[in-house]
Amino acid sequence: MMIRRLALAGALSLIAGTATADCAFENETEVRILSAAFEAWNAVTEAMAECGNVSAELDQEFRTKQPSAFAANPSLYHVGGVSNGTITPLMNEGTIRPLDDLVAEYGQHLSPNQLIRINGEILAVAMMVNTQHLMYRADILEDLGIPVPATWEEVLAAAEVIREAGVVDYPLGATMRAGWNIAQDFNNMFLGFGGTFVNDDSTPNVNTEAGVRALEMMMRMTEYMDPEYLVSDSTYVQQQFQQGRIAMANLWASRAAAMNIEEESQVVGLVATAAAPTAMPGGAPATTLWWDGIVIAANISDENAENAFRVAMEGLDEEMVRANNDDAIWLVPGYQPTPLAEGAIATATAEPAPLSYPSTSQMGLMHTALGNELPAYFTGDVTAEEALAAAEAAYITAAQEAGLLD
Amino acid sequence: MRFRTFAGFVGPSVFLMLLFIAAPLVGVFLGSFQITQPVVEQVEVETCTPGFLTQTCTTELVTRPILDENGNITTTTEWIGLTSYIRVLEPGRAWDAIRDLDYNALMQIDFWAALRFTLMFTLVTLPLVLGFGLAIALAVNNAARSIRGPVIFVSLLPFIITPVIGALSIRWLFIGDGILTSALEMWLDRDLALFAQAWTIELMMLFYRVWHVAPFAFVIFYAGLQTVNQDTLESAIIDGASRWDRLRYVIIPHLMPLIVFVALIHLMDSYRVFEEIVGFSSQAHVISLQWLTYDFLQPDDAGNRAYSRASASAMLTMVGIVILLIPLLRRTWRDHKGAPH
Repeated sequence: MMIRRLALAGALSLIAGTATADCAFENETEVRILSAAFEAWNAVTEAMAECGNVSAELDQEFRTKQPSAFAANPSLYHVGGVSNGTITPLMNEGTIRPLDDLVAEYGQHLSPNQLIRINGEILAVAMMVNTQHLMYRADILEDLGIPVPATWEEVLAAAEVIREAGVVDYPLGATMRAGWNIAQDFNNMFLGFGGTFVNDDSTPNVNTEAGVRALEMMMRMTEYMDPEYLVSDSTYVQQQFQQGRIAMANLWASRAAAMNIEEESQVVGLVATAAAPTAMPGGAPATTLWWDGIVIAANISDENAENAFRVAMEGLDEEMVRANNDDAIWLVPGYQPTPLAEGAIATATAEPAPLSYPSTSQMGLMHTALGNELPAYFTGDVTAEEALAAAEAAYITAAQEAGLLD
Repeated sequence: MRFRTFAGFVGPSVFLMLLFIAAPLVGVFLGSFQITQPVVEQVEVETCTPGFLTQTCTTELVTRPILDENGNITTTTEWIGLTSYIRVLEPGRAWDAIRDLDYNALMQIDFWAALRFTLMFTLVTLPLVLGFGLAIALAVNNAARSIRGPVIFVSLLPFIITPVIGALSIRWLFIGDGILTSALEMWLDRDLALFAQAWTIELMMLFYRVWHVAPFAFVIFYAGLQTVNQDTLESAIIDGASRWDRLRYVIIPHLMPLIVFVALIHLMDSYRVFEEIVGFSSQAHVISLQWLTYDFLQPDDAGNRAYSRASASAMLTMVGIVILLIPLLRRTWRDHKGAPH
């Protein structure tokens, strides 16, 4: 989901539809949408376009554009596609509107689970969940008689057996590209070891035992990975799976469907999913939960907002889910979980359950600081404590500049 | 030329330069001494997010900006002197590292690591670009007239490619089991991972930049070669000058103003090295000054951007370019003043 592709590679597609097939009403006013560019958004915006007068912009750089575009008056877009990570700036700047009235009037079919409430007010309607969970080559584990690993220690033990058997190039893959990705992998492991990122007074709290243990575990994983792991993002890991070069990875659920695309995958039907492994006994799976959904701009007229919401609801209906069942772990009623969704569901329903990604201003700064400072540990230039201390120092500088710390 | 005619011709361009070059520069300069912060408050917020079957609600203390009556974020702007520069340069840490002669510690500070690579990159590519450019120009100049056109066309191709695209192409050729890595692995009979350590990435960056820019030097030098005085060359031959002597004492002095020109342009361009870092996604191993500015400006998920540090870092990059250019500019200035007319 949040793969930071390069600006040039970032897909930008425009769908302008005038057709009115399969839509409950004929849309007369223009509705503009800005969202991330992955398969699920394609499905949703195409279903919205059936109402006519819809122009959707699917752009991997959406999170850079969205805050300024929604702050304009009138807002440049009516509907925004957000995740629990990217909704924060919109909420902070008050550029999205409460949806309680609109949900009461047009959203009767939504399940209560979909309504994102902040202090009781509905600010967004979620459509899907996403999480990083264990994906593995079922055939390899079965051949070697390895049970599906449930903890990271078991993953490492399994990796050792796979390496000795020599059936793939590298037993493990991981999204450890320097920057956003490696920080996210650390976040998963850090939460798995019971860490908290920031104290209530906004001071950092990562240079702790949980932090060191998380880094050490990640370092042990790298032994079984392609040595170029510091440039490997979600797309790269997905391709490693598809080309049969890795056997296990903690990868985004939204990438699972790609394993069974016959045109690009050599491992169709061989990859299975399971809950994200736990980092310590009795802990939550070492991962975070994410949702994607829609918001409606505040800086547009009430009529336009009402119209935009009705169109958005057409995009999030059962019909759309039935036609695109495999594209995501949908929250929309009518979704039939596929075998590949097992891992995400097991992760989300684990006891204790993993946290939602804690999106706050502090977390944004911490995520950047971790992404910039942790790679030095993996290149062998500093120790785990030094890397975490550097991340804390970078966080403090950034937080002072942002006015969150004195 | 009368002053009014002169002003009429030059005026529009001066105006545009003030508007699009000077004004933003002054803005960034002032911005590097200022800091704009939102006024924030801490509130308890209950957030309900979807699990797979039911929602989970959590109550947390959240820091959020205060909005004014128009719905805009309330901000304060303060003059902070050199604080942003200190945050970028980290002079205390840098000085400790230098005093202890601890190179590794110095390289842990982003700015100094970026400066090290940027300077190395600039100074290593400069002679290579000049050398290869001149060599291609001489080769083409001596090639048979019939094949000159196609040779010039092929030599120019790398320069036409958009830098980011070129960098990405090199990346895909070498990353993982890219075709060139596979070829090298077969040839050397060993397993290679070119993106796993800094020095191989830096080598690829140097290779890419020289490959990309040498055609520019070639075109300029080739044009210069057409104006070499043939009489001087012939008299040099009669005097018994070898091929090398003619190059050393006739051709290079004649091309000198062009060499200085190409060097100036190349120094300015390569000190702003950026496409290679992004294209190779090399920030774990290698970063440059321009990338540092970009990184400060990139918003995170929560929408934070470090404008003040980005401004300071941009000003420092400009200062660096000016320092590098001073020797060449002085030379040009001397030549200009010493000109007989």
